[in-house]
Amino acid sequence: MSVLVFVEIKDKLSKAVQEAITYGKSLGKVTLLTYGDVSDSVLLETGNFGVEHVLICKSISERNEQLLSQLIVNAVKKYNCEYIILSQDQTGKAVAPRVAANLEAGHISGAISFPENTDEFTVKTNVFSGKAIAFVSVHTPIKVISILPNSITPKENKTTASITEFNEDLGEARIKVKELKPLGDGIPLPEAELVVSAGRGLKGPENWGIVEELANSLGATTACSRPVADIGWRPHHEHVGQTGVAIRPNLYIAAGISGAIQHLAGVNGSKVIVVINTDPEAPFFKAADYGIIGDAFEVLPRLTSAINNFKSSQ
Amino acid sequence: MKILVCISKVPDTTSKINFVDDNSKFDENGVQYIVNPYDEWYALVRSLELVESNGGTVTTITVGNSSDDPTIRKALAIGANDAVRINAEPTDPYFVAKQIANYAENENYDIIMTGKETIDYNGSQIGSMVSAILDMPFVSLASKLDVEGSKAVLERDVQGGLEVVEVDFPFVLSASKGMAEQRIPNMRGIMAARTKPLKVIEPVDQKVLTSVIKFELPNPKTGCKYVDPENMDELVELLHNESKVI
Repeated sequence: MSVLVFVEIKDKLSKAVQEAITYGKSLGKVTLLTYGDVSDSVLLETGNFGVEHVLICKSISERNEQLLSQLIVNAVKKYNCEYIILSQDQTGKAVAPRVAANLEAGHISGAISFPENTDEFTVKTNVFSGKAIAFVSVHTPIKVISILPNSITPKENKTTASITEFNEDLGEARIKVKELKPLGDGIPLPEAELVVSAGRGLKGPENWGIVEELANSLGATTACSRPVADIGWRPHHEHVGQTGVAIRPNLYIAAGISGAIQHLAGVNGSKVIVVINTDPEAPFFKAADYGIIGDAFEVLPRLTSAINNFKSSQ
Repeated sequence: MKILVCISKVPDTTSKINFVDDNSKFDENGVQYIVNPYDEWYALVRSLELVESNGGTVTTITVGNSSDDPTIRKALAIGANDAVRINAEPTDPYFVAKQIANYAENENYDIIMTGKETIDYNGSQIGSMVSAILDMPFVSLASKLDVEGSKAVLERDVQGGLEVVEVDFPFVLSASKGMAEQRIPNMRGIMAARTKPLKVIEPVDQKVLTSVIKFELPNPKTGCKYVDPENMDELVELLHNESKVI
């Protein structure tokens, strides 16, 4: 089986990249396709996860759906790939369905498991914003699979990768990028393993210092509930829930969030949930692994110093 | 300008999700359907704002059977000029995209919009697939859209930030939070919606590429362990030794 893994690589192999390669490796011989200005040393590191062949297109420097889709389609045809693996991140969401449609191949969006059955290729995906799981079968010879970040565990599988430049004639970009407004260097929410989140219980945007301090000491990414994003206390990209970002970190700490069904939908893929709330009747406790009935203004700083003590004792 | 907005019906966000027929079908019993929030709050409302200031029409398109008509009327009540329904079960994403693309092909739309995903299948696939079939540029996860003559300037969500991009008509976009504010239809809109045109069209043939064979509910939590708010060292110890997440 020939597998094409398409990923974006910056200065190191992110966990999402490792996950995509590990997934591809479970299906067959992996060719990795990426683009832009990436150093050979980083590209060769993909060999640690089982990549035998790296294709890099240096003529594309910007993320462009149309050019990248065409690049992937060309690689699939040239190397006769049966599986195309991408990460379900912003780029994957833009590119994967376009590739699938171009190839008239079945596309699984947001896979959370390795194939359940390879005779009739079937994979689990999250549906109803995490309130349920669907088993989706693909009926076409070529299969496009976008995997949800933090769904599988990366596995080392040492081999030696070779690098080939793959510069194709892809036509002219019809979307012009004018400007990139960076959101900071933190780990993006969908990829974060540790998340600290807060809601209206924090009473105002000026009180977010205690949330950020806990996040900093844990090395976590911050998030918030919908009302907090809607009234402008926090930026929209931090909103987790049914109409915001759906996440599945290892640890989700929620302070001052009651746990409405729409919020739970976005976070119930988390492995461990800690809920801090003054109201013992808050519905979120039913979905929690650990509950703390108490005032976030006291509990958060206390937890931060406990984490700091723990880290300095390690 | 001519805008086509793809809308679909989804269970209300407060719906309890259950399955019937050996977990192969969504249990519609007692479920209230709404217009998918991303389609309605962002794509549809921003389209209306654009034609209000620039002139033009907004048409909605839905792939579904007559049970979709109430949500289509809701979109008309909010302000769309007319609606098209492709009379078919939306079997898989490619089937849906193919129907929309087939209808749009000869209609010369300037912009085709979808929500960034539906809140039932969360696929985020239709816009991208439609753009592929029609060979149009696709701007995904757009949170801002302004029109200048025959081109548009958009902000979209990319890895690590927001990107400002420029694109000529025609193009396809998927709309995310921030593009517009939700509009509540008024009585006049609701009355007018009853008589606005809703054209029903038969589908074109397309074989199914993927199918959902069954559903499953996630394992429920086994119960919450309460920790003394005075004793956060205990919580750290549990997170480290018991659940091993730090």
